[in-house]
Amino acid sequence: MMSEPRTGAREGAMGFLTDTTLCIGCKACEVACKQWNQLPADNFGYTGNSYDNTGDLAAETWRHVSFVEQLADDSGARPTSLNAFQSNWLMMSDVCKHCVNAGCLEACPTGAIVRTEFDTVIIQQDICNGCGYCVPACPFGVPALSPIDHKAHKCTLCYDRLRGGMEPACAKACPTDSIQFGLVEDLMERASDRVENLRGRGVDGAYIYGDRETGGTHGIDGLNAFFILTAPSETYNLPAEPELPQDKTFPSYASTILAAAAFAIGAALSLRGK
Amino acid sequence: MPQQSLADSDCIVIMGSNMAENHPVGFRFVMKAKERGATIIHIDPRFSRTSAMADLHVPIRAGSDLAFLGGLINYALSSDRWESVPFFREFVQSYTNGPTIIGDTFKDTEDLAGMFSGYDPESGAYESSTWAYDEGHLDPEMTDPRCAFQIIKRHFSRYTPEMVEQVCGVPQELFEQVAEAILTSSGPDRTTAFCYAVAWTQHTTGTQIISCCALLQLLLGNMGRPGGGILALRGHATIQGSTDIPTLYHLLPGYISMPMVDAGHLDLQSFMDAIQQPKGWWHNAPKYIVSFLKAWYGDAATGENDYCFDYVPKISGDYSFAAMMPMMKDGTIKGLFCMGMNPAVGGQNSKLIREGLANLDWMVMRDPYEIETAAFWHDSPEVRSGEVRPEDIKTEIFFLPPAVTPEKDGSYTNTQRLVQWHEKAVDPPEDCRSEPWFMYHLGRRLKALYADEETPQARQLQVLTWDYDTEGIYDDPRLEQVIEEINGYTVRDRKLVSGFAELKDDGSTACGCWIYSGIMPEPGLNLARNRKGDDAASLEWGFAWPANRRVLYNRASADPSGKPWSERKRWIWWDEEQERWTGYDVPDFPATKRPDYRPGPDAVGIDAHRGDAPFIMMPDGHGLLFAPAGLVDGPIPTHYEPWESPVTNLLYPEQVRSPVVPTFDRPDNQYHEIGDPRFPYVLTTYRLTEHHTAGGMSRFVPWLAELQPGGFAEISPELAGEFGIDNGDWVTLTTLRGEIETRALVTERLQPLTIHGRPVHQIGMPWHYGWGGMATGDIANDLSALIEDPNSRIHQAKAFTCDLSRGRLPRTNGASGDDE
Repeated sequence: MMSEPRTGAREGAMGFLTDTTLCIGCKACEVACKQWNQLPADNFGYTGNSYDNTGDLAAETWRHVSFVEQLADDSGARPTSLNAFQSNWLMMSDVCKHCVNAGCLEACPTGAIVRTEFDTVIIQQDICNGCGYCVPACPFGVPALSPIDHKAHKCTLCYDRLRGGMEPACAKACPTDSIQFGLVEDLMERASDRVENLRGRGVDGAYIYGDRETGGTHGIDGLNAFFILTAPSETYNLPAEPELPQDKTFPSYASTILAAAAFAIGAALSLRGK
Repeated sequence: MPQQSLADSDCIVIMGSNMAENHPVGFRFVMKAKERGATIIHIDPRFSRTSAMADLHVPIRAGSDLAFLGGLINYALSSDRWESVPFFREFVQSYTNGPTIIGDTFKDTEDLAGMFSGYDPESGAYESSTWAYDEGHLDPEMTDPRCAFQIIKRHFSRYTPEMVEQVCGVPQELFEQVAEAILTSSGPDRTTAFCYAVAWTQHTTGTQIISCCALLQLLLGNMGRPGGGILALRGHATIQGSTDIPTLYHLLPGYISMPMVDAGHLDLQSFMDAIQQPKGWWHNAPKYIVSFLKAWYGDAATGENDYCFDYVPKISGDYSFAAMMPMMKDGTIKGLFCMGMNPAVGGQNSKLIREGLANLDWMVMRDPYEIETAAFWHDSPEVRSGEVRPEDIKTEIFFLPPAVTPEKDGSYTNTQRLVQWHEKAVDPPEDCRSEPWFMYHLGRRLKALYADEETPQARQLQVLTWDYDTEGIYDDPRLEQVIEEINGYTVRDRKLVSGFAELKDDGSTACGCWIYSGIMPEPGLNLARNRKGDDAASLEWGFAWPANRRVLYNRASADPSGKPWSERKRWIWWDEEQERWTGYDVPDFPATKRPDYRPGPDAVGIDAHRGDAPFIMMPDGHGLLFAPAGLVDGPIPTHYEPWESPVTNLLYPEQVRSPVVPTFDRPDNQYHEIGDPRFPYVLTTYRLTEHHTAGGMSRFVPWLAELQPGGFAEISPELAGEFGIDNGDWVTLTTLRGEIETRALVTERLQPLTIHGRPVHQIGMPWHYGWGGMATGDIANDLSALIEDPNSRIHQAKAFTCDLSRGRLPRTNGASGDDE
């Protein structure tokens, strides 16, 4: 029996599986990304927020590792026996999700944002005019305008490397295979097995973020760059039920039409009175 | 043990190491073991990125590791499992010196209140003759009270779980959980591995901590077996290589000691007599020494002139890093080559070191950036405060640009003795040159300079072979010829030897480093270039010295009769049909020596070892539970407190510190007393994934600097609460060596421990930072002191004491870090 696929990823779509249960927070992905894509250091400064000093994805930061410390219980006692695979100091390498239905792409008025032959989403720098419409259109806060060239930037899933038959720089650099690259179809199968395996080892909270149930909700229909998480998605600064802003345009555009109609009728009535 | 072998472990104990952060690539094998169901235990003062992946995190007081390991030994030997599984006793009886009777002149710490016999208060050193074996006497049953096994059993009997709790701050139940995990993961079909790094070595008792672990692993049969052993994680890309072909003052290539004046090594024979052992592998030492002299001195080295042994420098004292620094300040050392090193930040008591640098006549620096050690004369905390004026510093500094890794050919020898070759991708720009270029042409110019002088010093340079061909646009020496020389050849026809077995002591062979012999068995065949890996020993990936063996002492993976201890842990075994050792690895044993071989009374060298004696480098082929010689601070590991500690030694109240620690007691390097109330906190220093050692290769690189852009100290919320310190606040740390300010990273990953009934707080501080580059901060090593381990002469940087206060230092010219 054919079951409904977990995501709407198109045939042949390439993506990332970022398995947080294997992440050791080394940030090799951040550095490899910046080196390959020649992105400058940005937002330089000590944050005091655990070991996270890059803060967020940005125009010049396309991989970002977040750190969430959750050690002491209410009495202040620290755990000694730990859940298998990263339980008390969460680390997660965030990246553009390369959504099946991408808000940024739909919002782009110039056609700069396109879907590639790998089913990934990229911003063509020679076309982008820096209008910034893609910025609020992304439910994950991924694209950002660069303070340097004032255009929108984000992860390209190393489009140039893919064209050359190489895997993306971050996946290549990851020492523990926390970041895996491949066909979304295969990765999703691998992720399902992994989640089952983790649950068998007592990691009851393990789940996939990025299928139609979680992360790919409300018409996004799945994330080609998806994750294995062990805590509620908000813990990692990911929305539980992301929505495309476009979905909210019908009510607002209907009310605009209604308002315009009412105004027109009012105007007509007032003119007729003359 | 190789890192890959960790994937075969059933339990991995990471202690004295933050492996996930500092060896992230090797950590993949820990993850692999974990996938296969292994238990991962991290024993560390801090909850680090390694702990986050562990099954158990055990917070421990920095500097109490040996007490914990001693507790594990006592626990194992008192356990039912050790008594009931015959494997353990058989391994110890057959493969260690447990049955050996120790002479009755030996007195243990049990008898002498924390000291061993043989201590001479006048010299402050042990005379090890009282630790000798009662030659020829064995008790195979290991019941004689004077056999090594019974002595160590008594020695560790006071290391009870209660004592571990008191000394280390580890609750008994947690300690027992660790002990049980290790014990049940050891046996004929299971193995436990220990991973350690410099958080074991950098103690005044560092060598003994590691010995203690080796002792535990011998008692549990975890040596020479897949997934068992002790993995010494080595930090830099070729730090292993730099001890193999050493930059260390006390070693010649291949772990042959430097000749020493005090020991009377004034001619070749007396030197060789001191190195050669009648039994065991070191019987071959003269072959390696003479071949090495032939490599260095070529045709000038003849039997008549002791193969130019006179020209080999002899050492007359401690010239380790820590010892050299005060010598610079005192004017004894006048010139310094500083390459790949940043002592102005990385050295202990770094203010003293900067004062030393300022008192040199000259210094040659080679570094890609103007790191602190190059810049100290015009910018340093002392210059910024006005304490020092650049015009008063006389040191002449030659700052030279090096080629970086992709700009040169060369090799890296990593943590598991694996030599891997790397090739140049591009030529270095402008004046940048490789290290081989620099050293080779410096040598050539020195030889030219002294070519006509007739002094012994000049002769020393004249006789040196220094004749590599050059290649490339910059005239780099041909490294292939360097490897050929390291590999060794027959002098007559310069034919490469296939391994160290072909080396001779009659001057007919030359070899630069015997342990690397075999790396280039034929011209052009550089085995370090091999890149074929597999799921077992990966024998065709690089070249592992000696002789491409991956698991050392792997004869111990088979039982005394030569059969694998179990199917699951099969590695090397005796093949009766082929009459040789076979298996997945290169046997670390004479290939055709039968398991039942017994030496005759006149046998020497390796032939004097039985066929069931796996430890070929040891005089009798056995692992040492009791070390009758070789260690200067005692034959059995013993817990002494770090030189600076907030608590006394509960195990040996009458002997708190090791009696033989080399100190540098001087007004500019003062120590804190034990329990000094002015310095109540334990301070430990460490590295972060994001930076490389003293920062020369990371704090100046924007992509790395932004990841950890500023210095900080990690403090528990409990300690922060006592001072009203919030996360991100400035704090001041003080010792008798110095005073620094930094940000507080208040984190639950640190916690106070209960030691002897009272809370002891620990503060952690990365030692990467300095005033230069993009990622800046005050220098952690301004707080540490010069002091050493008496065996390795490695400094102590992992446990000392300090004071803490809230707020910044009153500095007039701004901080040495950022000025926010």
